[in-house]
Amino acid sequence: MASSEVLRVEHLTVRFGGLTAVDDLNFSAMHGDITGLIGPNGAGKTTVFNCITGFYKPTTGLLSMTHPSGRQFYLDRMADFKVASTAHVARTFQNIRLFSGMTALENLLVAQHNVLMRASGMSVWGVLGFPVYKHAEKRAAEKAAEWLDKIGLYDRADDPAGELPYGAQRRLEIARAMCTDPVILCLDEPAAGLNPKESAELNTLLRGIRDETKTSILLIEHDMSVVMQICDHVVVLEYGQKISDGTPAEVKADPRVIAAYLGVDDSEIESVASLIEEAIPGVKKS
Amino acid sequence: MAERRNIVLGAAAVAIVSLGMFGPLIGLKTEQNMANELVLLFRPWHMLAAIFGAVAIYVIVTSLKAANEGRVRAVAVKTEKSRFQKWLAPGGLGALFLYPLFIALFVGVSGIPKWVDNFGILILIYVMLGWGLNIVVGLAGLLDLGYVAFYAIGSYSYALLSLHFGWSFWICLPVAGILAALWGVILGFPVLRLRGDYLAIVTLAFGEIIYLIAKNWKNFTGGGAGISAPRITFFGIKFDASENGFAAWVSWVMTSISETFGGPAITLAHAPWYRTVFLYYIIVLLALLTAYVTLRLRRLPVGRAWEALREDEIACRSLGLNTTNTKLTAFACGAMFGGLAGAFFGARQGFVDPEGFKFIESAIILAIVVLGGMGSLIGVAMAAVAMQGGTEILRELGFLKQVFGDDFQPELYRMLIFGGAMVIIMLWKPRGFVSVRQPTAFLNERKAIGLENVKEGHG
Repeated sequence: MASSEVLRVEHLTVRFGGLTAVDDLNFSAMHGDITGLIGPNGAGKTTVFNCITGFYKPTTGLLSMTHPSGRQFYLDRMADFKVASTAHVARTFQNIRLFSGMTALENLLVAQHNVLMRASGMSVWGVLGFPVYKHAEKRAAEKAAEWLDKIGLYDRADDPAGELPYGAQRRLEIARAMCTDPVILCLDEPAAGLNPKESAELNTLLRGIRDETKTSILLIEHDMSVVMQICDHVVVLEYGQKISDGTPAEVKADPRVIAAYLGVDDSEIESVASLIEEAIPGVKKS
Repeated sequence: MAERRNIVLGAAAVAIVSLGMFGPLIGLKTEQNMANELVLLFRPWHMLAAIFGAVAIYVIVTSLKAANEGRVRAVAVKTEKSRFQKWLAPGGLGALFLYPLFIALFVGVSGIPKWVDNFGILILIYVMLGWGLNIVVGLAGLLDLGYVAFYAIGSYSYALLSLHFGWSFWICLPVAGILAALWGVILGFPVLRLRGDYLAIVTLAFGEIIYLIAKNWKNFTGGGAGISAPRITFFGIKFDASENGFAAWVSWVMTSISETFGGPAITLAHAPWYRTVFLYYIIVLLALLTAYVTLRLRRLPVGRAWEALREDEIACRSLGLNTTNTKLTAFACGAMFGGLAGAFFGARQGFVDPEGFKFIESAIILAIVVLGGMGSLIGVAMAAVAMQGGTEILRELGFLKQVFGDDFQPELYRMLIFGGAMVIIMLWKPRGFVSVRQPTAFLNERKAIGLENVKEGHG
């Protein structure tokens, strides 16, 4: 499976004034894998995401992306919309950002903007009513319908996105991101607020995306059932630094991860603290 | 049915209460007779009129309320167009084209300056301006308080180009549109980073700058005195009584046709209303062009991108939309239609001066868009008719002088009445006359979207 690197994060540091949100982070994601990014609240996961998707510029560090075709992109040097339009990195948001006054179908059509824009001759052919655009729009609508079918929202295609139930909105946002033909799909807490049944459906959807479209997925998640079941590779952050990296099973057994998430018994403080010190030089015993 | 019974019962209650109130107050009157005695007069008709009035007000208010509640509930599930909507577009178009004919038939040719020029052309200019601004404010959600600047640029472009280069209206018209679009982009660039209130303030300033330039750059724009712009011609043929005038030309054409069939010579006398009617049809076509392009663009990716931008700019960027270009195209398109309307305005007036391009015009156009329901063409047209037609109607209320005295000029109370009317309409319909959004594409069925889901945009 692990064929080639699709994303490599090297020495990524992000500072907001005096606060170091991400501190010298290194990790890489393999093509066709689901890579999980986990960690306690405030660990810097969303900041890493915002750098990868072009919304923040890193203070230092390199974000390189390699397409299956071999083309290379340096995401930290690209304008935000270009990260999506040329490097094909798509994302969803922690607090859903759908176009709530537009229908589910329209949401998916907006996602195919760049393809349709070219077909409409930068709107010139489109305004004049040339058939080139009509065909392109039909194909776009078919693609949208296919995705609506996959996420179980075909019947609600013509309802405004803002009126869909919460779980459906989460799925629609994923479908919208997929309609941009991404190479990497970045999901920011896709399972947040879902019930166990919806969460299981999400797992199926994400596995389907990985297996059918060969899209690499990078996801931030707090729901451990999602992370442990579907991730091929997990990176754990705490205070902007990487504390663990490996398969879900390895990460689960890592005492530093357990310490970060659960805290530890009084009797074990000494041993865990020394482990942490070993891993992160400069952290003081408390 | 239950509703109707409630209304009847309520009306009966109102009737009884008002009988109690109005019976003694209006129904009875005391008068002195010749012998200086006080006599009680019974006035049944006055009393009945008062009671009837009270009942009528009650019935109208309650049924309006009921109808309104019903509509709000029905919005989200509305699936097909009502008969009204189906006939609105063709009926409206037919009425637009036949309007001058109607006026000529029913009011007479003497009514054309008033009804076709003041009502028809002026209202249509505002319809077109409203539709142009609708692209920027209604679709893209960018609050533009200086839209009249583009109207001014169009007018001055026409006046100056025809003055200095002798270009005809039909050449100046597209050039004015392009120049206005260019200025739309020039305004767009610096304000791209701004949102909401800040954007509104900068566009407001832009409108003022254009006004002040028009007023103070005397060598170029003629300053406060204005400059004359050539009046419109019929594709080069002047509307005058001369030998080469429009009437003479039509006579010549008609006579030559008639003579080929052996008929008599036909002569048409010159009349000033030919130009008015010609102008009317030009603005009808310009307004329809605006509507057509807007409807077309809404169904194109660029139009969807505008609406997506209004909904969520960050999501747009995450999908690879170049928000800079999207905003600039919205500014440019809106400005272009403003410029076209401006060039037409110059040709209609035959004269351009800065006083027509004050801030109040921007405010009125924006009010038209907001009142109509942001994004809705029909709503904006309705609002333009209400706002501009309302102004013209105020001029017609001469009979009020008999009530308030000869000094009373109802048109001076225009702003007061507008203010009041807008407050009332915004209370009654907070999202404008047409508060639904038509989706640009559908898979199974077209459903109108209630505006409660649609965002207003934040710059």
